[in-house]
Amino acid sequence: MIDLDALESEARVSLAAVSDEAGLESWRVGWLGRRGRLTGVLRGVRDLPDEQRPVIGAGANRLKGVLEEAISARRAELLGAGSDGPALDVTLPGRRPPLGSLHPITLTRRMMERTFRDMGFDVVEGPDVELEEYNFDRLRIPAGHPARDMWDTIWVADVDDGSPRQLLRTHTSPMQIRYLERRQPPIRVIVPGTCYRYEATDATHEWMLTQIEGLVIDEDLSFAHLKGTLEAFVRRVFGPDIETRFRCDYFPFVEPGAELGVRWQGDWLEVLGCGMVHPEIIEDAGLDSQRYTGFAFGMGVERVAMLRYGVRDIRHFYRNDIRFLREFDQFRGTA
Amino acid sequence: MDVPLKWLARYVDWNLSVEELAHRLSMAGAEVESIKRSGGDWDQVVVGRVAAVEPHPNADRLRLATVDYGADEPLQVVCGAPNLAQGQTIAFAQIGAQLLDPVSREPRKLRKGKIRGVTSLGMVCSERELGLSDEHEGILELQTEAALGTPLADVLGDVVLDIKPTPNRPDHFSILGIAREVAALTGGSVREPSAAYPESSVPAAERTNVEIEDGAGCPRYTAIMIDGVSVQPSPQWMQDALSSAGMRPINNIVDVTNYVMLEWGQPLHAFDYEILRGGRIVVRRARSGEQLALLDGSELALDEDDLVIADAERAVALAGIMGGAESEISDSTTTILLETANFQEASIRRSRARHTEAGTEASRRFEKSLNPELAELAARRAASLILETAGGSALAGIIDAYPGRVHQPQVVVSQRRIEQILSVQPSVEDVRGILAALGIPNRWLPPDRYAVSCPPWRSDIAVPDDVVEEIGRVLGYDNLPSEPLPGAVPDPDINPERVLGERIRDVLSSLGLREIITYVTVGEDELAAALGDSTDPPGAIVLQNPMNADRDRMRTSLRPWGLQTFAQNQREAQGPLGLFEVGKTFRHRPGQLPNEERMALALLGGESLGSVHGDAARPLDFYDAKGVLEQLGAALGVAMELEADVEDAAFDSGQSACITVRGNRIGALGRVATSIATRFGVDGDVLAIELSVTSLAPLLGGDVSVSSPSVYPSAVEDLALIVDSATPAGNLASAIAGNGLVESVELFDIYSGEQIPPGSKSLAFRVHYRSPDRTLRDRDVEKARRGIVRRLQSQFGATLRDS
Repeated sequence: MIDLDALESEARVSLAAVSDEAGLESWRVGWLGRRGRLTGVLRGVRDLPDEQRPVIGAGANRLKGVLEEAISARRAELLGAGSDGPALDVTLPGRRPPLGSLHPITLTRRMMERTFRDMGFDVVEGPDVELEEYNFDRLRIPAGHPARDMWDTIWVADVDDGSPRQLLRTHTSPMQIRYLERRQPPIRVIVPGTCYRYEATDATHEWMLTQIEGLVIDEDLSFAHLKGTLEAFVRRVFGPDIETRFRCDYFPFVEPGAELGVRWQGDWLEVLGCGMVHPEIIEDAGLDSQRYTGFAFGMGVERVAMLRYGVRDIRHFYRNDIRFLREFDQFRGTA
Repeated sequence: MDVPLKWLARYVDWNLSVEELAHRLSMAGAEVESIKRSGGDWDQVVVGRVAAVEPHPNADRLRLATVDYGADEPLQVVCGAPNLAQGQTIAFAQIGAQLLDPVSREPRKLRKGKIRGVTSLGMVCSERELGLSDEHEGILELQTEAALGTPLADVLGDVVLDIKPTPNRPDHFSILGIAREVAALTGGSVREPSAAYPESSVPAAERTNVEIEDGAGCPRYTAIMIDGVSVQPSPQWMQDALSSAGMRPINNIVDVTNYVMLEWGQPLHAFDYEILRGGRIVVRRARSGEQLALLDGSELALDEDDLVIADAERAVALAGIMGGAESEISDSTTTILLETANFQEASIRRSRARHTEAGTEASRRFEKSLNPELAELAARRAASLILETAGGSALAGIIDAYPGRVHQPQVVVSQRRIEQILSVQPSVEDVRGILAALGIPNRWLPPDRYAVSCPPWRSDIAVPDDVVEEIGRVLGYDNLPSEPLPGAVPDPDINPERVLGERIRDVLSSLGLREIITYVTVGEDELAAALGDSTDPPGAIVLQNPMNADRDRMRTSLRPWGLQTFAQNQREAQGPLGLFEVGKTFRHRPGQLPNEERMALALLGGESLGSVHGDAARPLDFYDAKGVLEQLGAALGVAMELEADVEDAAFDSGQSACITVRGNRIGALGRVATSIATRFGVDGDVLAIELSVTSLAPLLGGDVSVSSPSVYPSAVEDLALIVDSATPAGNLASAIAGNGLVESVELFDIYSGEQIPPGSKSLAFRVHYRSPDRTLRDRDVEKARRGIVRRLQSQFGATLRDS
């Protein structure tokens, strides 16, 4: 009877002696090829006595698998040439591709924009240098109006060509008027943009700031829609359990006017100003203020960024110290 | 505005804690910025009576007081105050009370102690020990009927709400204004103070007259004359009230004007009539060069921009801001002329801004725009209080010059509008109750409307929605319903420039650069320097009042702040530093708003990261920046071509290129001139990519479709060519890529030297051939290669290196 165990150990010994690809090939031909020794055994199975046939047949087939595995293992060994080598020091630093980043104000602005987009808002922009008329007068803040004191203004030097006075917009609200000049209801839009205030800077005040303005006008919108929309926004930005409150406040271009506060780490903080669009602004846009109503709001992106990221000094944002900018690597892809 | 609650309680009742009251006021629009408590620290200090005084056995200057403070047994204390007397009602501090040390003024706890051998079981307090004033000469004697043992805080303490009025609510600068809020918010009503007084038979008009020359600056001026007043300290209750609101008592006449100002929000002024030359008042613009000495001792040089109150000859007060020193009420004053006027806010603001830094209590109120109708109410109230506190008799009638009288319009608001805006259905009774509590006159006009008029202390009830706000805020915004937005989502308004700016941010940040956002203002010098130009860069928008005089104009380039930010961060960067900004630049356009051009600037420098694994660091160069630009182009789907020589003095010549897209110049790429980099503090080379997003945006897009990858195998061949050294490699690559079977081509080797003729170079390209619809045969590739070589020979004089 054929001794399959002896055959296997003979094959393994001769395989271990192989040292290159050519050797592997001749070993394969010698054992597993068409005229190979194991192939010969398998062919001879049908001529064996009945009692030996199943045992030898099964054993030779198993051996075929074993030898095929052995040759591929040996091939891998030879290719690896000598070597798993010494173990790597996995604590050595990796080769790091540089990680770029978006500015935290861009991150926050986009997060806020996306939140409004999800609620069907369009996003538009307006000019940073504005006419006095749009920044103030057409928002019901004529010269001499006490409310002008609410915005300390940086003016463009007069060029003496008789053209109307220009300024750096103190808020994004002028875009309410500009958008109403070219669009009809339904209106549902936000306006991100940089604004400027003639204001001393400190840890919570920066003379340059990013605002997001909102304007919604349609038939029969009410204060309830203002609340529902802004509460939804705040929940998405600060989390579903955020506590909110609406306090009466004054902005000349809304009536009634309000401010939205959130309870943040125990304190009520103002997040945005808002109100129902003043009927005179709706009438000035050529719309019937009995039929069309709506609301407007404005908020600071820096303020939201400071709350979300725990930034304690607003002046960090425009200093652009990369040690500060790197802190936001952990928020990559969140906007 | 300081609102002492004891004073407030004269006009309105409430049944709320201080915190809840402050909260409701804030929520309704009268924001309480802080709650100040006087007497809040007086734990263990109670009302007591000095039952007996005996000498101290061991000290001449000390005495022993037996104090009854409502407990079963009186206590004995040692006291050094000279004014201590039997029967006095005093503030008695028990052991454990927190008092201010009279010397160090630090709080300290009162302990049981022995003074000169006698045990003292408490203290009879001075004002200084209670923190009430500096007075420490003697003990504080209380004027109170309160029972012995009553906490002192209940007798002397007060709570003051510091309220920050919004610009539309000058009435929130008055105690009565706040009282009306409280009434509306608690369902109560306001007790109006009395303004009735007797008048003599002599008409005031016989003794004086008022002439207004500037009716725009002074819409109304009322005068009341009172003869025979006796100027002395005002009664204690009035002094206490003024002190609690943060004003210093002066004399009964001045105190009344201040009291009524705080009560009604209307500033008043009393003149000594005898000092007024001609006995009359003229409201006019100051004359240029006119002088005025004010109550506070300052001397003003006036001009036509100042509105003054004058007598027949000279200015006697700066209108709406401060009275003059000369006509001030003095102890000898017997006849007063009481001014209650209205001044235009802008005029007061201009004058105040020129002459006083912070303004006065009066100017602060006038600047919020008062209703001229308020003047007479306050005038009558003040007259009644002067007669009550200073005696005398009021001449008959009020002189009332009122050039600015306007018809006070009635506002008609419908119940439907209230419901439309607020989404609630208040009853008619609710609406009228709220308006009545606020003192807003109203009538119900069935079936659906209210006729409302603006009360004299307000001027912000002008349109129906103003009334809607009153209802909404008193009901409480937090009690109004909340609903999601209904209706259609409007079509978007696409701005390709904004979208492209965002894409560039995404691509550059994914290529390892960090976004910065810098200030928009720059200095003339740094702008000129960054543009590589010593002359004044044209078209910058200059600001009238920049935040910083050294940066007085809007940037026309992102470079100055970019380079400065780059320099500032070099020390912190480990390895390469890459920063970018996408932002607007501004240029003057005659007769229009400035041209706002959106730009992108990327700055790269430093060394590539070496490693312990043997990778060597090397300085970044032009081709690192170009690589960024190429990847940006790939990501935006636009071919960005480079043309040498940028003609921009900010770049080193021969080290830069301008960037074009389909022949349109959209930016520049290159090494920033060393002199400029150094000027901004940059250490070493810095590469810049500058793009006009505004110019690039319209060149993008169009209809595009992506092609499917070919399923057929590619053939790869290397082509080594010898060409003149000056021939740009990119031109050969483009020519090779022009062959229809070439899928891609890359330059993998440049060589000159041995075996290559002088003045020539060898360029080795790897060319991938592939067909979208079949497997290429050897002869297809060979044919293509021959075509390419022929073309390169004729176009560039190139020869195959192997042949």
